[in-house]
Amino acid sequence: MNPLMEPPTLNPPASTLDMPRSSIGGFLRALSAVVWKDLAAELRSRELLSAMLVFALLVILIFNFALDLEPGTRATVTSGVLWVTFAFAGTLGLNRSMAMEKDRGCLDGLLLAPVDRSAIYFGKVLGNLVFMLIVEAIVLPVYSILYNVNLFNPGLILVILLGSIGYVTVGTLLASMAVQTRTRDVLLPILLFPVVIPVLIASVKGSSAFLQGLEMADIWPWLNLLIVYDVIFTAVAFMVFDYVVEE
Amino acid sequence: MIEVRKLVKRFGLKTVLRGLDFKVEAGEFVAILGPNGAGKTTFLRILATLSRPALGDVRIGGYRLPQHAAAVRRRLGVVSHLPLLYGDLTAEENLRFYGRMYAVPHLDRRIAEVLEMVGLATRRRDLVRTFSRGMQQRLAIGRAVLHDPEVMLFDEPHTGLDQDACAMLDNVLREVAVRGRTVVMTSHDLARVGDLASRFDVLSRGVIAASVPRSEMEPNNLLAFYKQALQEV
Repeated sequence: MNPLMEPPTLNPPASTLDMPRSSIGGFLRALSAVVWKDLAAELRSRELLSAMLVFALLVILIFNFALDLEPGTRATVTSGVLWVTFAFAGTLGLNRSMAMEKDRGCLDGLLLAPVDRSAIYFGKVLGNLVFMLIVEAIVLPVYSILYNVNLFNPGLILVILLGSIGYVTVGTLLASMAVQTRTRDVLLPILLFPVVIPVLIASVKGSSAFLQGLEMADIWPWLNLLIVYDVIFTAVAFMVFDYVVEE
Repeated sequence: MIEVRKLVKRFGLKTVLRGLDFKVEAGEFVAILGPNGAGKTTFLRILATLSRPALGDVRIGGYRLPQHAAAVRRRLGVVSHLPLLYGDLTAEENLRFYGRMYAVPHLDRRIAEVLEMVGLATRRRDLVRTFSRGMQQRLAIGRAVLHDPEVMLFDEPHTGLDQDACAMLDNVLREVAVRGRTVVMTSHDLARVGDLASRFDVLSRGVIAASVPRSEMEPNNLLAFYKQALQEV
């Protein structure tokens, strides 16, 4: 029998290299390493956060001058402004986050590591989510002042959190796909926005409902949509990330 | 240590590797020579588990690819012409990050050893983006040997380096080789690999066209061997 056609080795040679690494501990170790790396690099360069923040503040400001809103229509319209701002600023951040991995071949460095590749994906998701939440935390008070909206609303914060999770979950997966192409900056929004339409609609409607003080019965469908979307796309990304990043 | 049989790789309609056979024993230092576009990088990316073969059988350390890629990755150290390092992290932080990804035991001590080996101990707290190309490449080798791999893959590691940086890199490569690791290095620079490798293979048009151990080759005859191998394909 040709030795190359034998089945895979069932009892590979014992060494420290053969210690199980696919445990939850190993998964969390790799995930935390990726998050730490992203945060440490961003703390030094501040490229990603500053770009997202300046862009988001400019959008909020421009809309404030462009829209002359009556108090009655403010709550329904400004939630759309808020999510347009988050979506565009988020796309900037997702592009930059994956470009950092690609520029010096670091994505290959990550993929060469003997870890579950979903740990790399979730590490990138957590890092991107932190950046997006930081930008949102800075933009929201400005939004509150410019549009005269009360931010002390736990429901609104919940919608923003669920919407951001859904956006970053899908965005990170598609950014890792787009970064392999020469037209990555253009390709990401084209791929991302059609897929996140349910998140954006549910987030805009949910935010608007909380700002208008509607009954929970009117709000629950949007919250349910956000939760279901987050769960489904987290599972999909978990399953397909390995194939997306491999040639 | 490495066995490849009838390896085929296609990108769309273009076939890059056409039934390539290749074998490396443990401890060998094999230089794969070939012109641009011969398929050297594609071949090394398959060995590195970064690309899937279309057909054929690839085994490293007894593990078949791509089915047992995770087990193979633990045994591999890879250096390419890109450093695979983060410019906004220091040399030490880069090694710490990769050390955590590979679960390297006694990481502080190991990082100190590796930085000493590649001659960057005094620059450990400097950002990698401030390093010269040669220093980045030495740190890239440090990253690749951090987890003490059995097999090292080098893809054109001298690309973009000046003469001094190349000479310094060669010293590091020799140190890697004398520690008994199996090394496969691709290059199109014959002068550079001539006194490093223990065997020379010529890859042309997707197959290994010729192979010769250094012990069986006459001194200063590498260029003639290379040209003859290219003509025979």
